[in-house]
Amino acid sequence: MSTSVALDIVGVSKSFGSVIANNNVNLQVRHGEILSVLGENGSGKTTLMNMISGIYFPDKGHIFVDGEEVVIRSPKDAFKYKIGMIHQHFKLVDVFSAAENIVLGINDEKYNIKDVNNRVLEISEKYGFNIDPQKKIYEMSVSEKQTVEIIKVLYRGANILILDEPTAVLTPQEIDKLFAVLKRMRDDGKAIIIITHKLNEVMSVSDRVAVLRKGEHIATVETAQTSENQLTEMMVGKKISLNINRSESLDLDERLVVSGLNCCDEYGVKVLSDVSFSVRGGEIFGIAGIAGSGQRELLEAIAGLQHTDGGEIAFINPDDAERIDLRTKTAAEIRELGVRLSFVPEDRLGMGLVGNMDAVDNMMLRGYEKSHVFVNRVPPKKLADDIIDKLQVVTPGTSTPVRRLSGGNVQKLLVGREMAMAPKVFMAAYPVRGLDINTSYTIYNLLTQQKETGTAVIFVGEDLDVLIDLCDRIMVLDSGKVTGIVDARSTTKEELGRLMVKASSTEENEDITKEGGADDEK
Amino acid sequence: MIFDYLLSALALGMTFLFGSTGEIITEKAGHLNLGIPGIMCVGAAGGCAALHYLVVGGVMNGFVLVFVGILASFLAAAAMGLLYSFLAVTLKANQNVTGLALTTFGVGLMKFIIFDLKEGNSIPYLKALDAFRFPFSEQTNGLKYCGVMVFLAIIVALVASFVLFKTRTGLHLRAVGENPATADAAGINVTMYKYAATCVGSGIAGLGGLCYVMDYAGSREAYLSIEALGWLAIALVIFALWRPHMSIWGSVIFGALFIAGSFVPSLIPLKFLQTMETAPLLKMLPYLVTIIVLIITSIKDKKENQPPASLGLSYFREER
Repeated sequence: MSTSVALDIVGVSKSFGSVIANNNVNLQVRHGEILSVLGENGSGKTTLMNMISGIYFPDKGHIFVDGEEVVIRSPKDAFKYKIGMIHQHFKLVDVFSAAENIVLGINDEKYNIKDVNNRVLEISEKYGFNIDPQKKIYEMSVSEKQTVEIIKVLYRGANILILDEPTAVLTPQEIDKLFAVLKRMRDDGKAIIIITHKLNEVMSVSDRVAVLRKGEHIATVETAQTSENQLTEMMVGKKISLNINRSESLDLDERLVVSGLNCCDEYGVKVLSDVSFSVRGGEIFGIAGIAGSGQRELLEAIAGLQHTDGGEIAFINPDDAERIDLRTKTAAEIRELGVRLSFVPEDRLGMGLVGNMDAVDNMMLRGYEKSHVFVNRVPPKKLADDIIDKLQVVTPGTSTPVRRLSGGNVQKLLVGREMAMAPKVFMAAYPVRGLDINTSYTIYNLLTQQKETGTAVIFVGEDLDVLIDLCDRIMVLDSGKVTGIVDARSTTKEELGRLMVKASSTEENEDITKEGGADDEK
Repeated sequence: MIFDYLLSALALGMTFLFGSTGEIITEKAGHLNLGIPGIMCVGAAGGCAALHYLVVGGVMNGFVLVFVGILASFLAAAAMGLLYSFLAVTLKANQNVTGLALTTFGVGLMKFIIFDLKEGNSIPYLKALDAFRFPFSEQTNGLKYCGVMVFLAIIVALVASFVLFKTRTGLHLRAVGENPATADAAGINVTMYKYAATCVGSGIAGLGGLCYVMDYAGSREAYLSIEALGWLAIALVIFALWRPHMSIWGSVIFGALFIAGSFVPSLIPLKFLQTMETAPLLKMLPYLVTIIVLIITSIKDKKENQPPASLGLSYFREER
């Protein structure tokens, strides 16, 4: 195994507006080595990798490939330096065959699809892939598509491979196969960087681990000389106090009881398994977990937007204590019962607001059913003015299409509208994502107000500090399983961090629980 | 009689073939160009105008007439394609609206130009017609329609098929139409491909207009029906499942169905066919056939037979 440095990143920084995504990051990867880049959501892993592969350009810092300083301005430049990135979302043309996709964009050789087929087979044989170059992409499974992506960069002669969360979409068997291939590539002298937040994978596949936290490089350690506990601590860091005004819970009747909920995604992979919990009125119930652990599916299931496979979602009406099974209701009926979802998805306008319509029309989307032939624009106009005033939405006026507003302002409109409906259960997923500090606090205060009026608030967040300071109880999800429900007032960041990776690291499960318990006593 | 019918169908079909070959190339780059009828009109007008001034200017060489006529027609139509690309790619205008606007504009422009030419006499036109109908200009049967443009149409369709499906350029072009983000990530210049495909496609479609007035109709007065033929050319794209070589025989079928009203009643001695109302009814057959093809391909749901995935959508690089 050679030990020469393949890629050396020195003091790289990148910010988007006022948000610092990477601050003075140093990273080194050698030939014949698998380096894991570990970090929570928003720790800057993907930004860093995008800078190496030419999608973003660093504000500051130097990148060296094989000892020589390089400037990477585009994905083409990255190819030139033999750097290949395998994105989380595949970039493939569905109706093309594997070989056609692999050869796409290459200009410097004669175009002959038969030669391409043969070379693809050669590469597959060398590293132990199993692929038919003539198979169309739309006939392939997720893991086959990923294989095509990997061969695509190998075909271009990449020596440095970056894989962005390659295991997120794979079954355990497929993950084993992928890791075997990665190890073979490593033994062939390739430098491999794998981005992940699954600790057990880090331990099993990588030679060294680099930990990022909030855009900063914390440390790079030899995998053999570290433990999952140590890595978790590096990942979550020390607790920071936020001074969120948290009031004591008042009405503590059960409002929503979920038991044994199961759910599968479009590929038939289980995204929720046996999820059980209950939420009480007058509390903020936090849900923590690494992105994609089933938070979205859980909220959508409650809101009636997601098909579920067994289990119960019971809503207990506070007016007459009637128990209603939400699984048999449509989304509209659930909304009518006062279960409100304010979901802030990756694309904010996708769910909830219509980009081309103005604030008033968007308010009207909830409640137009009440009018018959003609709609009355006065109440929604009043509501929109109210929200703009109360939440300090920056907008030229209520008649501006909402897509012209900044993300934060769109979010305020969405949250404001749902809250104005006096919900009995209010679900907010990542309501502060992309918002500045002041606006975030406005939202926290609104959530607390909701709780004080006796609403059951479900808050899905990613910042552990916020979850601990804002919520009353926190449930942790990992890979669709509930790994624990803790009291937010007495829990620690370390405990949450461990619960977040508990289900996927099966071997050390028991150790962690024991040590976690010991920590609590301290 | 049947021989005449088939030859006429073939000659008329070539108008559709030019139109659909051009539209297929455009659509493969992700552009639904509903401006084809207008572009075919402009192609006819550009060619006619060039021929008029050549003949009036004393140029009698048949080869020069044909070559310059085709070139002028191609360039005039390609200019419309350039306008379309500028609107739809650079300004990211809605493709349907852009296309329909071009159709309206093209039809008007053609009427203006050709009406202006009529002011003179029709002798220059007839001279040029002889050149275009080479080598069959002396024929009196259906063969007289099968001039230069018929051969050109088939050659262009075959070449287009070869380029689209057997070359790297074609692979890249199809990638742009299927998934521009992927093509962009692979280092393909999406904007360049969209512009080039739309301009070349429009140019080829424009030849359809010229083909109609110079070969099939044999009369400049026929220009008024080009627009209707343009819509059929777009229907033919669907019928041919986005494959130029398929649209060769598809265009002959369309041609045969379109003129069935003039030939079928005399070929088949059935009483109800002899009435006046049947001809327009028979003219609808190409559309009916297209609908049937759409139904069949939709039921079979084979990915290769579907339109390019990003057809009609503008590509914004920043949007993820």
